[in-house]
Amino acid sequence: MKQLTYLRPTSAAEAVEAVTGHPGACYLGGGTNLVDHLKLGITTPDRLVDVNRLGLDTVEETETGLRVGAAVRNSDLAAHPVIRRDFPALSRALLAGASGQIRNQATTAGNLLQRTRCVYFQDATTPCNKREPGSGCSAIGGYGRYDAVLGASEACVAVHPSDMAVAMSVLDAEVVVLGPEGERRVPFDELHRLPGHHPERDTTLEHGELVTAVELTRSSAARRSTYEKARDRASYAFALVSVAAALELAGDDVVDVRIAWGGAAHKPWRARTAEQLLLGGPLEEQRVRDAVAEELRPAATTSENHYKIAMLTGITARALTRLAVTREDAR
Amino acid sequence: MAEPSGPTALIRLRVDGRDREVEVDVRTTLLDALRERLQVTSPKKGCDHGQCGSCTVLLDGRRSLSCLALAVAHDGAEVVTAAGLGSPDDLHPVQQAFLDHDGLQCGYCTPGQVCSVVGMLDEVAQGQPSHVTDDLSGETGAVALTDDEVRERLSGNICRCGAYAGIVAAARQAAETTEAVR
Repeated sequence: MKQLTYLRPTSAAEAVEAVTGHPGACYLGGGTNLVDHLKLGITTPDRLVDVNRLGLDTVEETETGLRVGAAVRNSDLAAHPVIRRDFPALSRALLAGASGQIRNQATTAGNLLQRTRCVYFQDATTPCNKREPGSGCSAIGGYGRYDAVLGASEACVAVHPSDMAVAMSVLDAEVVVLGPEGERRVPFDELHRLPGHHPERDTTLEHGELVTAVELTRSSAARRSTYEKARDRASYAFALVSVAAALELAGDDVVDVRIAWGGAAHKPWRARTAEQLLLGGPLEEQRVRDAVAEELRPAATTSENHYKIAMLTGITARALTRLAVTREDAR
Repeated sequence: MAEPSGPTALIRLRVDGRDREVEVDVRTTLLDALRERLQVTSPKKGCDHGQCGSCTVLLDGRRSLSCLALAVAHDGAEVVTAAGLGSPDDLHPVQQAFLDHDGLQCGYCTPGQVCSVVGMLDEVAQGQPSHVTDDLSGETGAVALTDDEVRERLSGNICRCGAYAGIVAAARQAAETTEAVR
């Protein structure tokens, strides 16, 4: 591991300054992903800027919802009474991720910014365009069981590993970002990016920009939301595929529906085509399956990851049909 | 503006009730600081990548993986390891439960398992739900610590010997004893 210096600023502005002016600097949150990457040689900063003591560890109610501080621990967020009541998909997604210990350490912003679990990205001895731009993609034609089925490029077929981010994608979240020029707000869907020619860039953030909070907006659909995850073992495994779903019905008709997939793409995949097709009619399993088929029309698969098509279809149908029969008083 | 450290930093930790001070390389994990610098060898290095749980300690009261924590970032923290929970003459109820139910074979993962159970029981006492908790609302009262709940909540601790049946029984016994104490 490369020699490092360490800095513990006392304000967010000071943290931004310490990273912006220093190309080899990076932020240290809970460390559950970064410390592993330092050991594996996947990332080689020369300065760590600790953002754990900036007072960003509170959840505050706002007029429209909640403001979740960037340093709020995953376990605290999952157990927060308002999250459990008004944004159950987020609580479910957090509880489906990692282990009890890691949820105690990992932060909200760190969870968003965690890097792919593609086996080649994590093996510094193999070519990987995300780790080393221009070196090639070992996953294409290699072990492909976890590969993306939507939005991949010739440069990268990795998927985003977060459960939490998939839930935030259906909760109309906004990411609050502090940079050298001040604060800006990023609609959740615009935070993560598809790989294109630059898979080394997971997000649209610039070097030095610091996520300070995520804001969530209350809605009927958010209140009737859930998260389901398919994985290789019952607990403590990354998703093969997952779905976050939120639903509002008027009588039998769908008036608001939101679907996002994990394990499908380089970012949480908001299934907007399927959502549009489901609006205005009853929430029936076959209609969900047909809508998902349209969403998956552009999917590109290999023999190794083709199973994800059926799995995404089934898990989405299950999540939405369960939500449709969820009674108000059972939530 | 805070100044960056050099390649090393002086940190203070309270470990198993004792105040300790040590100069560490910035790259040193909390696990290595405890084991290699402070000779606190109860937490074990299994995978060193956050996959096995054998390095679990209570860090400021929460079960945490010391292999994924940098020591320098936890300057001022309180660390409790399995060795600090009880002594051979005065075992912690969780330690006693592992003995009573043969919750181990080789014992390498045990200090991490014990700390994880202690932290987990505290999370349950606070009403934290888990992936297998049906009702998120918390309105139906305390979480019932079924075998499924124990297995889910302890999934971050691997036992290479496969003593899981005993570990689940130990956790459930400890839940009853500590509830009686509480």
